[in-house]
Amino acid sequence: MSIEAREARQPWILLAPALTAVGLLLIVPLMFIVVYSFWLRSAAGADTPGFFLDNWTAALTDRFYRDILLNTLNIAAITTVACAALGYPAAYFIARSKGNKLILLVLLMLPFWISYIIRTMSWINILGVSGALNSVLMWVGIIDEPIQMLYNQTTVILGLVHFLLPFMVLNIFVSLDGIDTNLEDAASSLGATRWQGFLQVTLPLSLPGLAAGGLLCFVLAAGTYITPVILGGPRDAMFANLVYEAIIRQLNWPLGSALSLLLLAVLGVLVLIYNRYLGMAQLAKGLG
Amino acid sequence: MSAVSLTNIVKRFGDFTAVHKMSLDIAEGSFVTLLGPSGCGKTTTLRMIAGLLDPSEGEIAIKGKRVNDVPIHKRNLGLVFQNYALFPHKTVADNVAFGLKYRNIDKDEMRRKVAEALELVQLPDLGGRYPKELSGGQQQRIALARAIVIEPDVLLLDEPLSALDANLREDMRVELKRIQQRIGVTTVFVTHDQTEALAMSDQIIVMSKGRVEQVGAPEEVYNTPASEFVAQFLGASNLLPARCTDVSGGEVALELPGFPSFAIPAARAPQVSAAGPVRLVIRAEKLHLTRPGAEAGDGLSVDATVENVDYQGQSARYFLKVAEHQMQAVNMIDERPFATGEQVSLRFRARDCAALPAGSNA
Repeated sequence: MSIEAREARQPWILLAPALTAVGLLLIVPLMFIVVYSFWLRSAAGADTPGFFLDNWTAALTDRFYRDILLNTLNIAAITTVACAALGYPAAYFIARSKGNKLILLVLLMLPFWISYIIRTMSWINILGVSGALNSVLMWVGIIDEPIQMLYNQTTVILGLVHFLLPFMVLNIFVSLDGIDTNLEDAASSLGATRWQGFLQVTLPLSLPGLAAGGLLCFVLAAGTYITPVILGGPRDAMFANLVYEAIIRQLNWPLGSALSLLLLAVLGVLVLIYNRYLGMAQLAKGLG
Repeated sequence: MSAVSLTNIVKRFGDFTAVHKMSLDIAEGSFVTLLGPSGCGKTTTLRMIAGLLDPSEGEIAIKGKRVNDVPIHKRNLGLVFQNYALFPHKTVADNVAFGLKYRNIDKDEMRRKVAEALELVQLPDLGGRYPKELSGGQQQRIALARAIVIEPDVLLLDEPLSALDANLREDMRVELKRIQQRIGVTTVFVTHDQTEALAMSDQIIVMSKGRVEQVGAPEEVYNTPASEFVAQFLGASNLLPARCTDVSGGEVALELPGFPSFAIPAARAPQVSAAGPVRLVIRAEKLHLTRPGAEAGDGLSVDATVENVDYQGQSARYFLKVAEHQMQAVNMIDERPFATGEQVSLRFRARDCAALPAGSNA
């Protein structure tokens, strides 16, 4: 074998294990889901293989599904905006702090050592009827009866922000950390106040990180089903909960498949739009 | 009235004192260089003038007005960085126009000024490009254009040539000096490169360990170093222990082992006022190697042995042994360089020597 041929083969040899894993664990199951979505579940409970569009018709036309999809996107959008608003100052502070950057980043990653479910459930201890906040308010005497604070859309968003904030902070941090601090000094020397310099120079240069963090937060928030189960009420179901209901509760794999593919398509379009304008490289930077 | 004046400036970072009691007056329109090795406090001083750092003590005045409490964006200074610091998301024209936006100038006037500044740095056609499309030298010219278009009271240059490669650096040096003379802006230039300092400055401030070692015109600093540090930092100098035997009649008489007794002008030894131990300073390029027995011109002559030769093309650096002294000489090469081991006669003129009190700044 010639050297050129060997060199051409080398990357594929190195990629083979990962490609095999992705192929067998992601692509193949996804194909199964695609096939399933065209099957039909009969009243008797057995699946009928074939090519039926019933599930897709239901997923795309039923107002119930549409409303929950819109609600899901709405919650994801609010979560993303909240993460950006809370995350930007924190990321800026870390990026501009001298010396203790590493400690601050470790602190930021610390919550990841605890299961996301446990972290989400911790809100029950804080906001629950016998939780910390109610106890304090009653002890101080502001209220006589505990207030029902949990199990609504606000607590779902709260839980999601709690979960996703570090992703946003990290992405913005990476962007800000790459900006030469001389640029801000240059802007000041030319007559811009610190705030003007920030708006003119630092903010535009950090937008790629903000966008990458935003995309991650939005996609992860839109796909969540644990947070609404733990912190949401009966009317706060998100789209992933529908998929869970269909597949696990009703054992209706064909409908569940169609619904999950619909969510995948909607989020996929968002990723494509992002990729069109900013490119995937920025996302890789933020994750690395 | 001086353009910039520092009075007893001290800058401390924690326990570390970066600048000790520095006082300085910079004349309007002059090109002043802060020269010294890294860590000598030159950049710290520049950043205090710029307003990027606050002095721990002392007063900074620009055009006679105290500016300690004036924030950087109100000081009207031009600042040029070693790494150019152009705004990567703005075109060249927008970069240059940046400072004008904060100065109540109408659109047409702004366009005219930007074009003028780009003309001045000889890059009139690059307005629409982005910084990353330009070479390092072009980027530095744009950074200069951006700094001078606002007609600053003082232009501050922080090692602006250090990131450029050798040939380009020399071109930019000439270019920078041309532009400075053309617009006549008071300029403070920070560098660790003695060649840049000597070539460009009206006045050089040599700094070491947070202190000013010497202030003077390039020739003055070069020919009459005020301390051993200055003698060694600017060019290759030979520092030899000697004895001053007499100071009289505008001359300082010296003697040292292996050399005939000689006297140097008192102007070249301003700090030597009485007989006693001194240090003789002779520049490497003021020592001329000749073949032994060649006819003596004016000046002094001692015998020396060539111990090593560092060939540099048009010139050579010789490492010599003269009596018990190790010395260096840099000479233009005539036909062929002297060879290692060769006996030579070393000639120099007494008026090219300088003397410092022994133990100054050891």
